[in-house]
Amino acid sequence: MSSLAVRKAAPAAGTTPGTAQGPPLRRRIAFVPTLTLLLGAIYCLLPVAWVVIAATKSGRELFSTFTFLPGTGFAENLSDLNAYRDGVYWKWMGNSALYAGLGALLSTAVSALSGYALAIYRFRGRETVFSILLAGVLMPPVILAIPQYLLLAKADLTDSYASVLLPLILSPYGVYLARIYATAAVPSDVVEAGRMDGASEWRIFTRVALPMMIPGLVTVFLFQFVAVWNNFLLPYIMLSDDEKFPITLGLFTLLEQGANTPALYTLVITGALLAVIPLIALFLVIQRFWSLDLLSGAVKS
Amino acid sequence: MTSARRKAYGVKGAPYAFLLPATILFALFFALPIGYAIWLSLHKVQVKGLGLGSGARSEVWAGLENYTDALTDSELLAGALRVLGYGAIVVPVMLGLALLFALMLDTERVRLAPVTRLAIFLPYAIPGVVAALLWGFLYLPDVSPFYFVLDKLGLPQPDLLDGGGLYAALSNIAVWGGTGFNMIVIYTSLQAIPAEVHEAAKLDGAPPLQIALRIKIPMVAPSLVLTFFFSIIATLQVFSEPTTLKPLTNSVSTTWSPLMKVYVDAFGKGDIHSAAAGAVIIALVTLVLSFGFLRAANSRTKQEEAR
Repeated sequence: MSSLAVRKAAPAAGTTPGTAQGPPLRRRIAFVPTLTLLLGAIYCLLPVAWVVIAATKSGRELFSTFTFLPGTGFAENLSDLNAYRDGVYWKWMGNSALYAGLGALLSTAVSALSGYALAIYRFRGRETVFSILLAGVLMPPVILAIPQYLLLAKADLTDSYASVLLPLILSPYGVYLARIYATAAVPSDVVEAGRMDGASEWRIFTRVALPMMIPGLVTVFLFQFVAVWNNFLLPYIMLSDDEKFPITLGLFTLLEQGANTPALYTLVITGALLAVIPLIALFLVIQRFWSLDLLSGAVKS
Repeated sequence: MTSARRKAYGVKGAPYAFLLPATILFALFFALPIGYAIWLSLHKVQVKGLGLGSGARSEVWAGLENYTDALTDSELLAGALRVLGYGAIVVPVMLGLALLFALMLDTERVRLAPVTRLAIFLPYAIPGVVAALLWGFLYLPDVSPFYFVLDKLGLPQPDLLDGGGLYAALSNIAVWGGTGFNMIVIYTSLQAIPAEVHEAAKLDGAPPLQIALRIKIPMVAPSLVLTFFFSIIATLQVFSEPTTLKPLTNSVSTTWSPLMKVYVDAFGKGDIHSAAAGAVIIALVTLVLSFGFLRAANSRTKQEEAR
């Protein structure tokens, strides 16, 4: 567990450079880098700030008042969105939570099993299996999505929750990350000691290795959650019943209809705001204990 | 004795058992669809007589016919050129910014680094469709603050949803969404550089810019290569952003990118054989370009090592 402490401390130490220089130098701010980063942050926050303000505008205000001037229609927009097609918007949000939550959970479980097997055991074909799984990461989703649809159609599974969930469970990137984390976090003598005590391989994995891999698996889960939540192509191809749409597809159809009825634009904007709030909140909460660096597979030992 | 043997067998079989779920999923959702796409791309539908009745439509071997059709299809080629132009903007700008921000984060005495780092990474959490939707509204002259400012200053107002402006508009969405993630990847490898390396350069009196150009950038070259590689793959398959902008403008056609063309073939026209050939071509081009880049990058590093 000490590795977790190291990981948490490392980025903190990296973000406060100059500590060793002593107090007088610390006061001097590096202006150009700070300014560059500030400009970058403003650029990245601009559309988010816009959607927060635009969601408060009524349909008329949206096209007539200055962009960053708050409007008066937020409550009305919200109740319009609630009322739209008997609250289908919330159905979409629930679907997204289901696809992303359950999908990421299953994906993390498969990644943990495979990553652990590839990291701990020496067996014939290990590197071949790993390379073949990794090659999946390079397969463009397009060459997969259309035949996946046609094959699922043969099994009569299209336009179902399963059609969006199943193809996304195996994540080559998740397996890759889980292997790195397992190699770094599970010492082989611990596994060996478990065998000496007569524990089965499965028991060693669930009772000993899995707890050690948790910090890494949290990263796999979050990565996969974001990937499924943000996915558009697969549900776009698989689903036609809008009761099963995730939020991305729901907002898109709303926007498409809005092209003919601009009154729907305020609904799209309010809906977009509410759709990004959960993910932003998730990010702000988890970044306190979750190091972003783990995403790139960085494991400090 | 027997229990020991059983245990040894258990250890031997365990990795295969652990890998079973991944293997089944790989077979069903990766290998089988790829094989099926290739099979489809080599076949076509033959209609007998009037095409009525159950046996009237049959799938027959088409050889490379679907491929020659696709490769001589002007719309697919035009789409490919559009996406190459788009990628030529997105990839360098996005990775240039990611590298710049990562280097700035890694500078001494920089302020607000944790906050700005999080802000720049934030768009990663926002779905591509929502990002395209937000920017799409910001491009509409009636809604956009940019047009408001340009108008007040009396400057010309470019049309961001048409012609060349459309490339800038689409590229901006991808750059906005992707910079943060790549910045984190590059920043992580910057952090892995041992402190002694730039301490030594600093003692020699090298200015920060020199340290960045001569020491830091060469040392993070592998992660730059990796981010390039994945950016090329993602860019060539652009789909959701132009699809989302389509309702806001007439200048994004339903076949703007090759992938959109494949979608129209498969679901608009119901011609799954052409669509499969198109998908295989996009996949091959993606793999050739991305691996070609990887090889070029590797041979360059080897040359530099040899020097």
